[in-house]
Amino acid sequence: MGMTIAEKIIAAAAGVESVKPGDIHTVELDRLMSNDGTTHLTIDMYNNLKKPHIADVNKLVWIVDHNVPCDSVKTAASHKKMRDFAKANGIKFYEGAGVCHQVMMENHVTSGELIFGADSHTCAYGAVGAFGTGVGCTDYLYAMVTGHSWLLVPETLRFNLTGKLNKGVTARDLILTIIGQIGANGANYMAMEFGGEGLKTLNMSDRISICNLCVEAGAKTALMEVDDITIGYLKEHGRKPKHSFKSDDDAKFAKVYDIDLATIKPIVAKPHFVDSVVDAKECVGIHIDEAFLGSCNNGRIEDLRAGAAIIKGKKVHPLVRFLVVPASAAVYKQALDEGIIDTFMEAGAIVMNPNCSVCWGSCQGVIGENEVLISTGTRNFKGRAGHKDSFVYLASSETVTASAIKGEIATADMV
Amino acid sequence: MGKTIIQKIIKNNTGIDAKPGDIVTVNVDRVMIHDIFIPFVASKFEEMGFTKLWDADKVVLVYDHLVPASQVDDTRHFKIGNEFVEKYGMKNIHRSDGICHQLMTEAGYVKPGDIVFGTDSHTTTYGCVGAFSSGIGYTEMASILGTGTMWVKVPETIKVNITGKLPDNVMAKDIILKLIRDLGADGATYKALEFAGDTVKNMSVASRMSMSNMAIEAGAKCALFSPDEKTAEYCEITLTDKERDLVADSDAVYCKEINYRAEDFVPVMACPSNVDNVKPVDEIISNAEGGNIAVDQVFIGSCTNGRLEDLMAAAEVLKGKKVAPFVKLIVTPASRKIYRQAAKNGTLKILAEAGAMITHPSCGLCCGRAGGILTDGEVVVATNNRNFLGRMGTSKVSIYLASPKTAASCAIEGRITHA
Amino acid sequence: MDKFTGKVWVLGDDIDTDIIIPTEYLALKTVEDMAPYAFSPLRPELASKIKPGDIIVAGKNFGCGSSREQAPEIIKTLGVKCVIAKSFARIFFRNSINNGLLLIESGQLHDVVTEGDKVTVTINKCIEHNGNEYPIAALPQNLVDIINAGGLVKAMRKLNGLD
Repeated sequence: MGMTIAEKIIAAAAGVESVKPGDIHTVELDRLMSNDGTTHLTIDMYNNLKKPHIADVNKLVWIVDHNVPCDSVKTAASHKKMRDFAKANGIKFYEGAGVCHQVMMENHVTSGELIFGADSHTCAYGAVGAFGTGVGCTDYLYAMVTGHSWLLVPETLRFNLTGKLNKGVTARDLILTIIGQIGANGANYMAMEFGGEGLKTLNMSDRISICNLCVEAGAKTALMEVDDITIGYLKEHGRKPKHSFKSDDDAKFAKVYDIDLATIKPIVAKPHFVDSVVDAKECVGIHIDEAFLGSCNNGRIEDLRAGAAIIKGKKVHPLVRFLVVPASAAVYKQALDEGIIDTFMEAGAIVMNPNCSVCWGSCQGVIGENEVLISTGTRNFKGRAGHKDSFVYLASSETVTASAIKGEIATADMV
Repeated sequence: MGKTIIQKIIKNNTGIDAKPGDIVTVNVDRVMIHDIFIPFVASKFEEMGFTKLWDADKVVLVYDHLVPASQVDDTRHFKIGNEFVEKYGMKNIHRSDGICHQLMTEAGYVKPGDIVFGTDSHTTTYGCVGAFSSGIGYTEMASILGTGTMWVKVPETIKVNITGKLPDNVMAKDIILKLIRDLGADGATYKALEFAGDTVKNMSVASRMSMSNMAIEAGAKCALFSPDEKTAEYCEITLTDKERDLVADSDAVYCKEINYRAEDFVPVMACPSNVDNVKPVDEIISNAEGGNIAVDQVFIGSCTNGRLEDLMAAAEVLKGKKVAPFVKLIVTPASRKIYRQAAKNGTLKILAEAGAMITHPSCGLCCGRAGGILTDGEVVVATNNRNFLGRMGTSKVSIYLASPKTAASCAIEGRITHA
Repeated sequence: MDKFTGKVWVLGDDIDTDIIIPTEYLALKTVEDMAPYAFSPLRPELASKIKPGDIIVAGKNFGCGSSREQAPEIIKTLGVKCVIAKSFARIFFRNSINNGLLLIESGQLHDVVTEGDKVTVTINKCIEHNGNEYPIAALPQNLVDIINAGGLVKAMRKLNGLD
């Protein structure tokens, strides 16, 4: 019987011939990512172990990205704990280099790997065909100490992509449309697998954006077929695939969706749920106080270029705070070279150093009572971006930038 | 009897030949309010019964301490500020353009000889272009907004002469720190400082700004530099005769004169937790246990040292090098204009390549609300103006104030050192 | 002539405005909200211990640093009757007068007083402590005018014909 990509990665990591959904396997992990959201808790638990031990320190990557630079005495203490531990144990450590998932994609992840990340958006790594999944700190600690973990083999939802996105429509519109269609729990415990001819029209940035958001449909992981674009991306970053898996022709999927990319339209996810998706045009005219272009979902050079192309020669609305936050230091430097940073600065944007910013809602950029944010971030849950009584609309880089110019929700064709 | 610069400014403003100790009422040329205090200024203004600004064009509002907001109630200050601007017909508002003191001179709000008040102690900065500027509280600001006037006691003046050429590893910051050490944190309280000598004449306006900015740390009411061709170029003006005359008379009377030779200056730091606790960097190192003080973070920015020449000085040190492992370097340009200049001339790229985090222009870490807060036992070397207990996190954080060159060297080495 | 007695809290030299109220708390809505954090970097317990009528005695340069007017307002909100210091920073001095917080300069008291002592102040005349008298200077007339008007806000209200 054939296997899906998820099944193949688990089988390889478990050292068995084949696996099927519902099986539980002990798997060897390739990489363990943790960020400043929870690492301090992991360290506390680690220090309470009778025999503290790290199975393979080379597999650990720790990244400070949520509150960078540090914005309170409380986070300063947890950062210090993380930094001191990383230093003492020789753990690969980044601080201020960017949002964890982007840093991982640029520097570590490769096809066919099985990766735990103490962050829900770890599923982003599926963009290069790696099985990335978010775990809590207890699971993380166990994997850190033993080098392995147990995994329930998920069923797979297959998305066959055909056609090509129309101009002005983005990968983010695609994944938000899918989440709207299957619902916020439509892929609970499952893997979301993407393939087909349409995938070839999507670049690596688009792919990361799609996989990253799959957790918003409840997915355990997201996976894409490895192709020339994947290999090219890895090569550019000095890496080779561990495995280049595709699903077998006779692989069994829980459900197959056929999506013609040409049918996707610019959309907006309304407060307070990611699957509360409507045609962007329906939201046109809604007053905004802040706009955010950034995050692991949409803070790459392609996203900044898209925003810059729209805002060049125009100004941010005087009453709007337009936060532009490159997803990594590499993206920032590239954007400096291309003059994109200056385009945003000239327009009146607030260009922050690479970090999670208002997507995480507990650091600089937060919104206040009754304020409205339009965001390229990952979530629009109630209170996510700051005050408990505030509102977050999710949209593409283009829509967010256009809205920042107008001072109300607008699509790119309106500015 | 001859006049000091401050006496001339007051004479030009009031027509009175005032002498130190006299109390005079001056006509205010410009005021600056920033985001932290606008809610208080607005409420006091209305409580006082005023219904209009004395001159809306003379009022400047700057959001800088809370940009970007780090706490959910911060944006309330923007809301109140925006309402005030709208209600009273103000035009001069900067919502994310940088630090107030940088913008006041950079955006042309302050000219030589002006009398300017701001709701911030570092308002003394504008003395760099020969303006009498001083910090006040929000109640007095509200009263100026209604009346356009303010009472001041004419200060005595301390004259500081500096002659010669500074060593390469010394910046204006080292001079002002040394002066604060020599005067003490209250050594210039109620007094004006006046800077003169060829070292000062050869200095850029940006360097003069670092010095006038920190005069308050010796308690000074203001700190003045005579306007010259550099000032004219910076302000994009041609000096009038009156402005050109803002030079102390040869028979002016000073309460104190201090003379320095530029060659004698060395890189210094203000050690925790007072700005006047200044020591040569070499002495700090040699007195340290094991001859080493590890540094956890370096901050280059603020209204004291966040200008283009500061960023370029740091970049010169950092070029081709990397920030030490586990050490953070945070760079916060003082204004949008500076950020753009530094982006265009490659300075930001050099800093980013070295591993710096470059944040949006704002007060950043200097005001201790975000931008690199620290915890117990950590050491920060910073180019800003204050190292008070608890200013950048817990009261067990050690803050050392230094020049951008010294700070950049510390970032590379991960310990206290100098260029 | 005004005369009052209070219990003394003793602080050192250069008590800066960041100690009186750290920037972290400056965006709280009211001075009352901020008051519990007064002096927290130096003495976190102090704000809760100060009782109305108490007196703060400090060394030189009290109130140096920022222009934050919350500093004197908070001290007043805590009920402190007056601050007696060897000297005061200028902006703090103006802000205190404008808010009706009495400041008294005394070069001697700080050297002899112990926390918990009682001192008696006779305005514009002297401070009594342990049977000794320490003379104090009278305020300039223009400041007396502001204080007599009940602070700068009231003075301006009068100017605007409101009170």
